[in-house]
This record gives sequence, structure tokens and C-alpha cells, in this order.
Amino acid sequence: MYVAVKGGERAIENAHRLLAHERRGDRDVPEISLSQISEQLSLGVDRVMTEGSLYDRELAALAIKQARGDLIEAIFLVRAFRATLPRFGATEPVDTGAMQVRRRISSTFKDIPGGQVLGPTFDYTHRLLDPQLAGAGSPEAPATAEPLASMPRVTDILGRDGLIEPSPETDADAPVGDLTREPLSFPADRDLRLQNLARADEGFLLALGYSTQRGYGRSHPFAGEIRFGDVEVEFYAEDAGFAVPLGAMAMSECQMVNQFKGSATEAPCFTRGYGLAFGQSERKTMSMALVDRSLRARELEEEIKAPAQDEEFVMSHSDNVQATGFVEHLKLPHYVDFQSELGLLRKLRAEFFEAASEPLKEAAE
Amino acid sequence: MNATAYNFAYLDEQTKRMIRRAILKAIAIPGYQVPFASREMPMPYGWGTGGVQVTAAILGPGDVLKVIDQGSDDTTNAISIRKFFARTAGVATTTSTGEATVIQTRHRIPEAPLHSGQVLVYQVPIPEPLRFLEPRETETRRMHALGEYGLMHVKLYEDIARFGHIATSYAYPVKVNARYVMDPSPTPKFDNPKMDDCPALQLFGAGREKRIYAIPPHTRVVSLDFEDHPFTRYRFDAPCALCGADDSYLDEIVTDDRGSRMFVCSDTDYCEGRQAAGHRGTESAAPHKESAHG
Amino acid sequence: MVTVAEMPAGFADKVLSAQSTFRSVMDAMARPGSVQRIHAVPGTPAPMMRGTAAIALTLFDHDTPVWLDKAMSATADVGKWLKFHTSAPVIADSAASAFALVGNPHDIPPLDRLALGSNEYPDRSTTLIMQVDSLHAGPAWELIGPGIDGAAVLQATVPANLFDRLAINAVLFPRGIDVVLVHDDAVVAIPRTTRLAAHGA
Repeated sequence: MYVAVKGGERAIENAHRLLAHERRGDRDVPEISLSQISEQLSLGVDRVMTEGSLYDRELAALAIKQARGDLIEAIFLVRAFRATLPRFGATEPVDTGAMQVRRRISSTFKDIPGGQVLGPTFDYTHRLLDPQLAGAGSPEAPATAEPLASMPRVTDILGRDGLIEPSPETDADAPVGDLTREPLSFPADRDLRLQNLARADEGFLLALGYSTQRGYGRSHPFAGEIRFGDVEVEFYAEDAGFAVPLGAMAMSECQMVNQFKGSATEAPCFTRGYGLAFGQSERKTMSMALVDRSLRARELEEEIKAPAQDEEFVMSHSDNVQATGFVEHLKLPHYVDFQSELGLLRKLRAEFFEAASEPLKEAAE
Repeated sequence: MNATAYNFAYLDEQTKRMIRRAILKAIAIPGYQVPFASREMPMPYGWGTGGVQVTAAILGPGDVLKVIDQGSDDTTNAISIRKFFARTAGVATTTSTGEATVIQTRHRIPEAPLHSGQVLVYQVPIPEPLRFLEPRETETRRMHALGEYGLMHVKLYEDIARFGHIATSYAYPVKVNARYVMDPSPTPKFDNPKMDDCPALQLFGAGREKRIYAIPPHTRVVSLDFEDHPFTRYRFDAPCALCGADDSYLDEIVTDDRGSRMFVCSDTDYCEGRQAAGHRGTESAAPHKESAHG
Repeated sequence: MVTVAEMPAGFADKVLSAQSTFRSVMDAMARPGSVQRIHAVPGTPAPMMRGTAAIALTLFDHDTPVWLDKAMSATADVGKWLKFHTSAPVIADSAASAFALVGNPHDIPPLDRLALGSNEYPDRSTTLIMQVDSLHAGPAWELIGPGIDGAAVLQATVPANLFDRLAINAVLFPRGIDVVLVHDDAVVAIPRTTRLAAHGA
């Protein structure tokens, strides 16, 4: 006698209970607080804010806690929350040239106005596990210096001599594209491409950017400038008739300087690749800048032959919330279709063996 | 940090308007995939976000909702989606195909004939029937624009040359109203004929791929085939072991590790209805019902 | 002139009225020629009928440019009401409109001056919402096409040449114009797939 499987509702409830239990872990260990996550796992928070497309440290920390440290799951939580928020409009473009810089480096000049500022970076740490961090401790207070008044962007310095293409003029009246509000169609303009890359999975962009360096759509990049710090955000209030400051956000920006374009009528100049992210997300912005430059192949009349140059390929597969959903949906039952495949396969095999057992008769079909 | 005050049926009104406009165009152009700005839903892409958005955009307080996955009301994802709408829209839910006004489905069309007061909402993973032949959206869109479907016929014909049969057993492409080739979602091809001249409205939602499409009631839906290789349905040749039905699509249940199997209706409501009406199969026993379906 | 305070109201219950209105329009579109009722009762700026007003409140917003015919734009009332309740931009270029509101069915613009969509994106087309004197009396039209079980008979006071003009839909398909007829609280849809039965009626 066969009894059909039932009781899925209770199974789901019990699974959620068990998940909550596992999330908490050993109850003798103090529970982690959102401020601990926000302060001490800050780069994870930055990544969740960037790919979650929502600048809110506390929510990102909550998402990380709820997701048990699974950052893609945390990004998903933030995105789903973001989708329910009312929107009042778009802020004025942030002026990263006026950034309160905490870190700023250029690989293209030995020294630059405003100087090279290492800031908080892993770059020259020796990757030796530090046993002292296993316990509690209080690190030394950071060294301080007078902030420099002016830190012009390296690309602006190059631009003054016409050595790099100007940033594309934007039509102030043109609406800002938003792929969360309009269905995407191809070819996509750079505003939508940059939005897609800003939300894109860091690992996916890292691999694509890396592939361009290894020859799959090489663009000969130099890290013109990477800067991280705080920028003012302003919102133009129609009622007031002027831009109202909303506060400051920590952001990272990378401007890649890439090999030339030029023609019989146009003097050769460097080209740009751009990356921008919330928080200190340097790897993300560098990868983004490489891929942005590669995706400009059509506009710069380069032959499109590598994955990183193919906007449809890149934009369709860059989103980790989409990707993880579809990959993981294979967990869902598919037994109806599998049964249909089984039936077909059994039929094909029966015909195969039948034909094989009658060697004299030619395969009829 | 308060995220609890969600709108009726979860979606905000602006999103519903956008989806509703897409649904109207989808109905007006049967089989054509209307792009829409799919939202991030509180469930993963690939798990029914397209169907959920379509259902959320049409559902009203007077509706009676049924949700099935693999033909069953009791698969975990069906339960999860049904609970989502019971909670966010407060609608009545049912497992009865006949009583439902809106049926959201993944991978099956119910066995009981649908009627004109119903809307069938399909969850669709890959809405583009040409996608596995041509990965580029720009190309497939051009093919649809020109009604140029030679590639699909070449693929089906290559199957015949290689296997002696069309080797597509689910998500079997159809032509809608003699114009658009359409993906019926990954239903077994057994279900394809049910789409033709169906009295109910059929809506298809693909959340990750951001497409909505539709088949109006009483619309011609033809499975692609060849004169010398006509479309055939597949069904395991046995009666249901529980209700004895010989016209329903069957699940194969592996009952031990020595090769024993039994076959039972995939549509659990159909099977239970037949058993309640006194029909019996070789392994009959009324499946014990959970007390409430939420 | 109408001030905001005097402006006819929108829906009393935005969420549920929009839902029920949408279902009526969806049923109309899915079953061409059938008469569906709209139950929501919004305020209406003249000469807008309540069915038209309910459809506008349900489907229009800042993403849907709306074109008004002379009857609808005779005074500024309709435009102001739309702007206030839906934020839909009222535009002069009918070819860029998502919706066209026609108060005088005998004065509709040539259909090729509306958005017909492209072969790649036939959905980017105008939905023509036309107010008529009756959706139960007048000449009978026998309709066939998707959504219709056999044939449907529509009795309505539509211009005698309407279906001749809609023949453009057969030629251009999948491009085309979808029409929604409104009288009072009744709606009938004639999507681009609907044809007159060959023998006429």
C-alpha cells in the first residue's frame, strides 16, 4: 500500500526553526551584534551595500547576520527590501573630485598633487596569520596628518592636456536609466551598463576583468587613480529650488586609463574605464573599471571577440541574485519533466536494442 | 528598519500598474513576450517570481487561489507560494481545480478541464523558445519579429535524424494563433493539447528573464511537428495505482532498491477527487490529508 | 476653472478599486466583444465617463504619456485631473502616446498617427480608449479572433468605418492598435487580433 507524501507545511516550519537554531550556534557564545558586524566586518558590509544597491550599514549588517555570513544571501535580502521602498527621485551626481579622501593612489605618476595616500589597505601587509587577533586587543591609534586641501583627479590632470578622452557629455534633460524600473533591452547605453556593473557580483567582474588582462579583449589598462573616502550627497528639491544636502556616503572610485583611440581626424588619446562602489570596495571598482572599458568596444569600434566585451553576455549573467536563484532552482522538484525524459529515453533505448538485435534488417528510421 | 507594512498582495501599486499594462499587451499579442521591469521578490529568482508577480497583479480579495508544483498542491514550493498570498492578500486558497479562480502552476496543467472563469498563471524559467538554439536576445527578437522559425524546425528535424523522434519531451514549443512560436514553460508535452482552445485565460510570468506572455481563451495553440512525424503525447501506459485513471499524467514512484516502481497521478487533486468518487487502483489507500492547507 | 479642492475625486480605495477595474479590463481584452462592467466609482471630469476615469486611475502613471482628442481637451479639466490623480504626462504627439483618450468617436486620428509598435517590440503601441454612446444598442458586429469562442456579436454605436480602419491591424500584425470602448461603466475591448467575421453582420 502506498501513502502519498504530505505534510510539507510542517516540514517547512520545522526547517525554519532549525535554521534559526543553527544561525544562533552555540548559545554559550555571546550573540553577535549588528554594530559588531558593521564595525568589524566592515568590508563585508560594504560589499552587501554595493551589490544590494542600498546604502544602509545597519540593514546590511542585519542581512549578514540573518544570512549567517552568506554574502550573496545577504545581498538578496537587501535587494528584496529595497524593491519595496518608495522612491522620491534621483540625487544630484556625486562629485568624487570633492571627496574627503581616506585613501588615494595612482599608478601612473610617481607623485601627484595631493600626494599618494595609502590609507587603510591590505596592500603591503604580509599575509601572515596574526595570532594576536585571536584574542581581544586594542590596536594602536592611527597616525594623523593634516588633510590636504585639494586632490584633483588624475584623469582631470590628463584631460587638461587632451591626453585622455573627455568624460562623455551627459544630456541633463535625458532621464537617468534604471534597470530596476525598466526592462533591459540591447544594445544598452553606458548608464545602464554601469548600473548593471555596480550591482554585479564582485567575483564575476573580477574573473572577467582578469580575463581582459590575459588577452581576452585586452585594453592595456593603468590604474589612473583609485580613491576612497566620503562624498556629499545632494538632492535637488523642486519646491525649494536648490540642492539640499542629504549627508555623506563612503565610496570607492577607480578610473582606469587605457590605450588609445584616434583616427585620421582625431588626435590619439587615452580612453577611460570607470568603477564606483559604496564603502571601501577596491577590488570591485577596479574589476568594474576593466569591464566597463571592455564593454565600450562597440562605441570605440573595436572588434568584439572576448566575453568581457560582449554586453549581452556580461549584463545577462553578472547579477548574483539572479544567478544564484536560477542555479539553485535545480533543487526544486523536476520529477514531472524528468518522467517525460525517462519515457522518451526508454523508448529510444528500446528501439536501439531492437535494431541492434536485428542486424540483417536495416535501421528503418 | 521597519519592513512589515507591505501592500495588498505585496507589490506596490506602481509595480502592479506596470505589470497590468504588460498583461494587457500580452493578451492583445498572443504568444509575444512582453518585457517588463520584474521586481526583486522576497523569494529567489527561478522559484516562481514571474508567476508570483503576475498573480499579485491580478489577485483580488474575492479570488480563490490554487498553487501547484509538479501537479501537486503539497510540494514545498507550492505550499510556500500559497502561504505567501494567504498572508499578503488574505485570499481564500483551495486545492480544488474546479473551485479556484486563479491557479498558479509550475510544470503542469491540471487534468480537470479549466473553465472560463479561471486564470492559469504559469511560472516560466526561460521564456524564449529559441534560447537554446540562439543565446542572444538581439537575434531571437529579430527571429520573432520576422516570424523566422526555420532554426526551430531544423533542430526538431535533427532530432529525428539522430534519434528517430523529436527528442523534446517537455517545454515542447507551440505556435500561438498561427504567428508566435512560444515556450509553454517546462510542462511535459502531454499537457500541450490542453492549451489549445482553452476556455481559461493563460498567463505566463518569467521574473528573472523579465517577460510576460499570454494565450487568450479559445486561441489556437499548435505543437510544432512534421507531417511525417506528427506531435504525440507521452504517458506511461498504465492506470494510476491509486485511482485507476488511464487518462492522467503519471509520476513514477520508486518503491524499493530492487527495481520496483509504481505509477500514480501527478495531479493530486484529480487523483483524490477520483478516489473520493469511489475509483480505485491496485494500491488504493486514501492518502492521509494534512488537516489544513493554510 | 477647477481648483484642486473642487477636482473630482479619484478612487476611494485605490488598491482594491484598481484591482477590480483591472480585472474587468483584462477580461474585456481576453474576451473581445464581451461587455464587462467596471464597479469602481471614481469622480469624473467632464466629458470623461466613469469607466474611462476608472481605467485611467488603474493604468496611467508618469510612465504612460497620454494623448487627448479635441473633445477630451476642450477644457483643461481632464488634463488637470489626469495630472493630479495619475501623474501621466499629457502630450501633443499622438505617436508617442501609451494611451489615447477619445471623447468623440467620429473624430479619431488616423491610426497610423498613433504608436503602432515595431515588429521587435509590438507592445510599444498606443491603447486607444474611446467613449461611445452605447455598448448594447446600435449596429451589430460579428467578431472573430483569439479570445472568442466561435464568434461574438457586439452591438454598439461605433463609427461605421471603425472596423475598416482597424483593418490596418491585420496588415501590420504583430504591430497594431488595441481599442477599448467605454460607455458609462461598461467596457468592450477590440485588441489587434480581432477581425470582423468574413460575411459581415
